[in-house]
Amino acid sequence: MAIKTEEMVLNMGPQHPSTHGVLRLELVLEGEIIINVIPHIGYLHRCFEKHCEVMTYPQIVPYTDRMDYLAPMGNEFGYAIAMEKLLGLQIPERVEYIRVIMAELQRISSHLVALGTYGADIGAFTPFLYCFRDREKILSLFEITCGARLLYNYIWIGGLSHDLHPDFVRKTREFIKEFRPNLKEVNDLLSHNRIFIDRTANVGILPIDTAINYGVTGPNLRASGIKWDVRKEDPYSIYHKFDYEIPVGEGTYGTVGDSWDRYYVRVLEMEESCKIIEQALEQIPEGDVQSAIPKRIKPPVGHVYARVENPRGDLGYFIISDGSTSPYRVKVRAPSFVSMQILNELCKGYMVADVVTILGSIDIVLGEIDR
Amino acid sequence: MKNAEEILQILKENFPESNLELKTDQPTEAVLIAASLEIDKLSLFLRDSSELLFDSLMNLSGVDELKESLLSVYYHLESTSLKHKITIKVSTDRNKPEIPTVSEVWKAADWHEREAYDLFGIIFLNHPDLRRILMPYDWDAGYPLRKDYENPEFYQGMKVPY
Repeated sequence: MAIKTEEMVLNMGPQHPSTHGVLRLELVLEGEIIINVIPHIGYLHRCFEKHCEVMTYPQIVPYTDRMDYLAPMGNEFGYAIAMEKLLGLQIPERVEYIRVIMAELQRISSHLVALGTYGADIGAFTPFLYCFRDREKILSLFEITCGARLLYNYIWIGGLSHDLHPDFVRKTREFIKEFRPNLKEVNDLLSHNRIFIDRTANVGILPIDTAINYGVTGPNLRASGIKWDVRKEDPYSIYHKFDYEIPVGEGTYGTVGDSWDRYYVRVLEMEESCKIIEQALEQIPEGDVQSAIPKRIKPPVGHVYARVENPRGDLGYFIISDGSTSPYRVKVRAPSFVSMQILNELCKGYMVADVVTILGSIDIVLGEIDR
Repeated sequence: MKNAEEILQILKENFPESNLELKTDQPTEAVLIAASLEIDKLSLFLRDSSELLFDSLMNLSGVDELKESLLSVYYHLESTSLKHKITIKVSTDRNKPEIPTVSEVWKAADWHEREAYDLFGIIFLNHPDLRRILMPYDWDAGYPLRKDYENPEFYQGMKVPY
């Protein structure tokens, strides 16, 4: 006699440690096998875009911090670039250098959280502590620069809120010197650990065409084997002055574009960020960081779309100005919002436990999904 | 790599009956104005034509143009192989805002369109799953990013202005 089976619906979240925030996944299961994953988002919706319409342009900067709260420097950077493009502002060289240093430090700190929590999701708790130890040092560098450890309000339209602390360059060099051996330690502990590889290799494979069609960007796209990075493809700021590589997924332990590749691309990117920071620290010129900040910001009528390579991918700002002191419309193309759509495609046919693996490897931040 | 003018020429040749127009008076990038009901056909051509190959939809955003009584959608497209970009704008009547979906062409549009529906009330025809996305599913007080939106007094018996 055949056993009668039926589909089961399982709710994962909104309060679940592996959802990295407040996210509900509706899992449609056949036994242990995933048939469909339906994400329900919006639990952190704070009406960012509506708020923008009643604030002046400089007032928006602290709000951008609160989208991707693991990479506020990147969010501010993107907003500043969009506004400067709309205003046609030229900004001092020193400001550009400091922005790049901050954005790259932020990339390292953000990837450290991604890797640490990914390990913790899968059951390796120790690398989490190693990663957070190093992240604390970066946060201390931000603290001596602008006084805040998490949400900085540092990169303003046309300039910065503070110049560098006199100790900053020395301390950053020290950090990079300490950090490189630590990275190797994390690699030994987690990346090449047999148990970790068994959980992640060949799980959630993302083919390149699907990735592009779904608009996936950043490390998730590069893990599928394409060298696509906004810093190289659509250069902004002064990234053309530095010498660095764009790591891509190679399918070392499985197939190109699997969860392990998405994880390992981030590890390699941290090393490249270190290279950029070292070069920038060598070349940084003197100057006034506030000389180009406009007294009153009233952009011409029109619209602008500008994007930057944030730790989670291509962060775009679409701003429409009606000629007044506050924007008519601000739309943020949040990388996690777009990457999140791929989840259903990746999870189909895998086990419930793999949902955690795949979700962690996409590295989402709900703050920017819900805005 | 093609600029906006060349892209317009290619489109005009292939869609002779369409009313396409390039607005270049912007301080930054030019914007291509297209008819709202043709956007799905146009998109498919933009993606598949060997000269254009717009394989990636970077962004899709709804805009409320209250003064003109229009709801508009901006599409930001990019070709990852040919490296060119284009911005397309379509507008629809505010009282009957209907635009064909492009989520069949670029899967990335799915959630962006749901968001535009949720916050502006733009109906994307033939969309596979047009539900609210950021607001609660039972939100019945309208579309928050419209310029004439007003907060409701109560939501589910809870007072809204606090």
